[in-house]
Amino acid sequence: MIASLLSIRDLDRAGIERILAEAAVFQKDGPRITRKYPTLRGKTVVNLFYEASTRTRTSFELAAKRLSADVVNFTAGGSAVEKGESLKDTARTIEAMGVDLIVCRHASSGAPHRLHEWVSAGVINAGDGMHEHPTQALLDLYTMRQHFESFDGLRVAIVGDVLHSRVARSEIWGLQTMGAEVTLVGPPTLMPPQAEGWGVEVTPDVDAVLPKADVVYLLRMQLERMDAGYVPTLREYARLWGLDAARAAMLKEDAIIMHPGPMNRGVEIAADPAELPRSVITSQVANGVAVRMALLYLMLGGRDARAEVPVE
Amino acid sequence: MSVLLKGGRVIDPAAGVDEIADVLVEGDAVAGAGRGLDGAETIDCAGLVVAPGFVDLHTHLREPGREDAETVASGTRAAARGGFTAVCAMANTDPVADSAAVVEQVAALGRAAGFADVYPVGAITIGLRGEKLAEMGEMATSGARVNFFSDDGRCVQDAGLMRRAMEYARTFDGIVANHAEDRGLASGGHMHEGEASAELGIRGIPAEAEEIVVARDIALARLTGARLHVLHVSAARTVELIRRAKAEGVRVTAEVTPHHLVLTDERVRGYDPVFKVAPPLRTQADADALRAGLADGTIDCVATDHAPHPREDKEQEFDRAPCGMLNLETALGVVLTHSGLDLPRAVEVLSSAPARIRGLAGHGGPIEAGAPANLVVFDPEANWTVEPGAMASLSRNTPFAGEKLRGRVVHTMLRGRFTVRDGKDADGQG
Repeated sequence: MIASLLSIRDLDRAGIERILAEAAVFQKDGPRITRKYPTLRGKTVVNLFYEASTRTRTSFELAAKRLSADVVNFTAGGSAVEKGESLKDTARTIEAMGVDLIVCRHASSGAPHRLHEWVSAGVINAGDGMHEHPTQALLDLYTMRQHFESFDGLRVAIVGDVLHSRVARSEIWGLQTMGAEVTLVGPPTLMPPQAEGWGVEVTPDVDAVLPKADVVYLLRMQLERMDAGYVPTLREYARLWGLDAARAAMLKEDAIIMHPGPMNRGVEIAADPAELPRSVITSQVANGVAVRMALLYLMLGGRDARAEVPVE
Repeated sequence: MSVLLKGGRVIDPAAGVDEIADVLVEGDAVAGAGRGLDGAETIDCAGLVVAPGFVDLHTHLREPGREDAETVASGTRAAARGGFTAVCAMANTDPVADSAAVVEQVAALGRAAGFADVYPVGAITIGLRGEKLAEMGEMATSGARVNFFSDDGRCVQDAGLMRRAMEYARTFDGIVANHAEDRGLASGGHMHEGEASAELGIRGIPAEAEEIVVARDIALARLTGARLHVLHVSAARTVELIRRAKAEGVRVTAEVTPHHLVLTDERVRGYDPVFKVAPPLRTQADADALRAGLADGTIDCVATDHAPHPREDKEQEFDRAPCGMLNLETALGVVLTHSGLDLPRAVEVLSSAPARIRGLAGHGGPIEAGAPANLVVFDPEANWTVEPGAMASLSRNTPFAGEKLRGRVVHTMLRGRFTVRDGKDADGQG
C-alpha cells in the first residue's frame, strides 16, 4: 500500500477497491463503528491543520483513535502562520518528535507535497487549497458503491464551483479511475478553463444534465465568489444552478444527491432536497470515519488487524 | 602591462567579425585585434571564443534593502562569472530607485565592487506605485546618467500615465520598459494559466495578461514616437505583436530570459517555488516561439532577470513564495545548450544587441584599438553541472540546479583587468 496519499491519482483502481473493501469490513455491524481495534497501537498520527475544519479533522481523529493510534492535533490559524515558523520548520519539529503519519490540511495548493519532501513520515492530504481532497473522494466513492453495483458507466454530475474546489478535482480523477462518466455543470466563470482536457463533459445547462444523472454531486458555493464577481448574486446562482424541489423532481428514480458539506441551504441546495430519501449526505459523514480507518490501517500496516477490543 | 589573448575565435558582432585572431590588451583598452600581435603575457585561447563582455539589461541586485538576498558586490561577482561586464540594476529596491540619490548610490556601489559596470534603471513612477511620474530627468542628468526606465515587478496599469511617461522620456531619448501584466487578468495568479495550473489547483495568469499590455504599449509607442522596450517576453502571441510592430516601424525592442526559452509550466508540478517567476513559465509552444523570435531578430536580446531570493523565502508554500530565478551564472550555458542559436547570434544577443539598445559605449564591442577592454573568453564546448552551492550569488534559487550545461566562461575582463580568470574570481575569493 502507498506510504503517502497526496493525490487521488496516487491510487489505481485496485488500490481504491482495496480501501473500499476494508472500509466495508469496518462497517460490517452498521454504519457507526462501535469497536476499537488495537491495530495501530504505538503509532502516532498528527493532524496538522492550517485551516479550520471541524468535519475532516474530527473524522481523521476518530478513525485514528478507533485504531488505537495516538493522535495529536496541531491547529494553526492563518495569522499564526504569518507570524510564526514556516511550514518547513514546523514539519521538522513534528518529525523530531517521532511521528508516523501527518494528516495535513492547508490553504495553499501543494503544501502537503512540500511537506512530503521535508519529512520521512507518511503524509495524507486532507485538503490543499484549490487542489485536492483525496479522502473526501474515497468516502464519496464508498458511498456511491453502497448504492450502485458498478462504477462502469455511472453518470456523475458535479454541480457548482469546480474552479475553486479541491473536492471536485479528487472526485473527477477518482471517478475516472473507477470508470465513471463525469459531467461538470455550472457557470463558465467557475469552470477551470482547461477542464475539457480532463475527459469530462462541461456544460452550463443543469436542467439538461439532471434527468440523465445517477449521482448529483453539489459543491459548496461560497459567498466570496459573489464578491469576486464570478456570479452576480447568490440568488441568481441558486435560481440557475441550485437544486430545488422542481429540479429534484427531474432526477431518475434511483439517483442520489451528494454534498461534501457544509451546505449552504437555499444556495446550491434548497432546504428540502437535503431531506429527501435520495440524499445520502448524512451517510457520507458516517462513511468518512470507516474509509479513513481503512486508509490508516492499510498505510500504517498494523498487525492483528481483525483483533477487536470493546470501545473503552 | 599588456595581455595577448592568442588564437581564439573572435566573435565581434558589432564589427561583423568572426575569425581566428589575437586580441591585444594594453592597460584598460584594446590595442589591436588581428594576427601576429605580441604582448608581455600570452594567454592561449585556442578552441575558445573571444567576444565582447556580456551585457544584462535586466538584473536585480537587491541593494539597497534586501542585502540578505544579494548585494551589488555579490551580484556583480556572479555577473563576472557569467561573462558579463555590464549589468542594469532594476529599480525595485528599498528604497526604490526613483530618485537621483538612489541611482547614484547603486552606481557608486558598482564602481566600488569593481566586478562589472552597474547601470541603474530608474523607476517610471514614484515608489513603483503607478501613480505619479518619478523625476526621470533628474536621474537622466545625474552621475548615473539613467536613460532606461522601468517599474519592473509592477506593471504600469494606467494607459494615460504610460503615455505621459513615454512622451516625457523623449526629452532625453529615454527608453521605457514595462513589465507587461494586466492586473485584472493576473490578479491572484501564481503560474501560467493552462492545463498544469488547472490540475494543480493554482490560480493561473493567462498569456493574454501580457499580450494585452504589450499591444497597448506598442500602440502608445506609435502614438508618442517614444522608445519602448518589452521586458521578459513570455508568450508566443507577444512575439507576433512585436514582429508586426517592428515591421510597421514602431520603435520597439524586446528581451527574453534564459528560463523562458527553455522551461515550461510543467516544471511547476512538484509545487517547488524555485520555478515560480514573473511572468510565469508558459507552454512548450510559447518557448518554441520565443526561440524562433530570438533567432530571427524579432526579440533583440537575452536578459537574465536575475532575481535572487533567500532560501527561507523560496522554501515556502507555492502561493506564498516570491517570484524570481537566478540566471547570471548560467545564462551563457543555457543559451548555448538550449537556444539553438549559432555562436555568432548567441554572442550578439548577450553582448552587442543589449549594449546597443541601452547605448552603452564601451560595451558590446566593437573590439578595436582604443575601445575599453571589456571582454569575455568562453569555452563553447565545455560541459559542466550547475551547483547552486558553488555560486557567487548570495541566493540559491536557480531553476537549473543539477543540470548539465554546455558552454562556460573562462575569463572575463573589465577595462583590461581580469574579473574572472581561468574560471575563478580574479580576487581569489571564489
